Amino acid sequence: MSITHTASRPSAHRSEGLKAHSTSSTLRKGIADAAISIPFFAYTACFLLVPTLIVIVGAFTSRTGGFTLNNLAKLGEANTLHSLMTSITVSAASALIGAVVGACASYALVIGAKPNGMLRRVMLAVSSVLAQFGGIMLAFAFIATIGINGVLTLALQQLFSFTVNPNWLSSIGGLITIYSYFQIPLMIVIFLPAVDSMRPQWREAVESLGGTTWHYWSRVAVPILLPRFISAFLLLFANAFSAYATAAALFAQRAILLPLMVQSAMRNEMDPNQQGFAQVLAFTMILVVALVMWLSHAVEKRAGRWQ
Amino acid sequence: MAVMQDVKPEQPVQLRAIRIRRQRIVKTLVLGAVAIFLATPLLAMLLFTVRQPLSGVWGIEPWKAIFTGDGSSLGADMSALWKGLGVSLALSAVTVVLMLLLLVPTMVMAHIRNKRLERAIEWVSTLPLTIPAIVLVVGLGPMYRWMSINLLSTNPIWLCFAYVILVLPFAFRALAVGLRSIDVNTLSEAARSLGASWPKVFFKVLIPNLWQSMLSASFISVAVVLGEYTVASLLGRTNLQVALFQLGQSNAQISTAMSLLALVFATVLVVALDVIAEHMRRRQEKGQNDVIG
Repeated sequence: MSITHTASRPSAHRSEGLKAHSTSSTLRKGIADAAISIPFFAYTACFLLVPTLIVIVGAFTSRTGGFTLNNLAKLGEANTLHSLMTSITVSAASALIGAVVGACASYALVIGAKPNGMLRRVMLAVSSVLAQFGGIMLAFAFIATIGINGVLTLALQQLFSFTVNPNWLSSIGGLITIYSYFQIPLMIVIFLPAVDSMRPQWREAVESLGGTTWHYWSRVAVPILLPRFISAFLLLFANAFSAYATAAALFAQRAILLPLMVQSAMRNEMDPNQQGFAQVLAFTMILVVALVMWLSHAVEKRAGRWQ
Repeated sequence: MAVMQDVKPEQPVQLRAIRIRRQRIVKTLVLGAVAIFLATPLLAMLLFTVRQPLSGVWGIEPWKAIFTGDGSSLGADMSALWKGLGVSLALSAVTVVLMLLLLVPTMVMAHIRNKRLERAIEWVSTLPLTIPAIVLVVGLGPMYRWMSINLLSTNPIWLCFAYVILVLPFAFRALAVGLRSIDVNTLSEAARSLGASWPKVFFKVLIPNLWQSMLSASFISVAVVLGEYTVASLLGRTNLQVALFQLGQSNAQISTAMSLLALVFATVLVVALDVIAEHMRRRQEKGQNDVIG
């Protein structure tokens, strides 16, 4: 008896719901949904929306508390422009290296291998660890490798009597190399599914129609993979552009990147001449990253048409 | 005509053999180069910890210092490092709990009831990717200054509020994969039609089916929290990474050894995740075969 009783409950509820398509039931559903999601949205409003608003409002607030555009003038200073350019150069170069090398590695992992082979699983696990391996520890790794007393530095000196420039690590080239260290694994993680979706039958089709390898790459593989590649490249760019800790560990004094300028502006917040500077820099970073992410999504959507 | 017929079927076979050989060479070269680039700094870290860079003396003092907890033989004060490690471990636990409480019920309910709400949650959850930590910290600065005076203390454990935001995109993705892989609607309708209440559906039916993705969301969150430096250092709190950085100024060998350990720990987490995923996949396949058999 109890079974029929309980079983009849949901069905009764459902027919009731079917009949009552009135505004009150949709309203009630809306209120219930809102109630369930209130903790989530309240929390993200507190710790994501409010800080972002503080940044944006702060960027346009004058010393007296009124609205101003004067804070933005600091963006035009040579110092700021220079670090913005350096940030863009380092991010673009490391993203390009990461994207190209990572794409080649993904392709190499897929061709002539079993879909769940050991090499592939190991490489994917290692990549997903190293893609997150940023920050202080990455700086330590490269200092231990090619810093003044680094293992590679000493080995090169003793074996080939080649002396590595001790300042190379804190140069643009050094920074690009270090950033590539997490960009390449990240590209493998992102791009492997795209390469996976390439069917061997497509190549066979090209061959059976008399096409060459060149035809396959130029007419089939590249047009299909290119949008995914570009969107992954943009993601890598945003990733490098927002990276802070590694550079902070390597450049203790010089604020040559935008995130490092944010840091020194935050430290000097009490200085009246620095009013709103950290916020303006942070706001600029939001704009750049948001633009890049939006582009990445737009390209990805285009790629979706192929799937 | 006869010649052409003889040659034509042969050619693709030869071509393919050549191509496969060439592919194998390219594959080995590319993966070898990438592997060397990725392995060199890790190997260098290991060598750096066992060989005193200035005197050239080999020894395992840095590892002894870590495992015995006493760095006095190297003249290093390890107490800050232990404190930072403790803070980071506590932070990862609190962050994981908060993240699960916040995400799992909301995502499950939205998945069942309202697709538009689900998309809104996805949008908000992936938003922190667009707002870098270094930007967030500019806005969090005044908030934490206010909170530490009026509500809470300057205890680093309160960083967990910011950390939940930082792990949100990664945790969301892990949980979304899990939600998509099971048929939540059928499961909950079946349980409901058998008379289960919503809490029962949630705890007895959905959670057991989602535990794998909850575990993977937790692991990635732990990895992110243990590696976090930006927010802690700019808000003036000491966690593992901040302590590592400070120790690195005085004793590079111990801090490098500790970094290597943290990396090994992260690798163990990821490999464990891979093993769990493989296990679940096998079990699922087996279950399907049983049903068919």
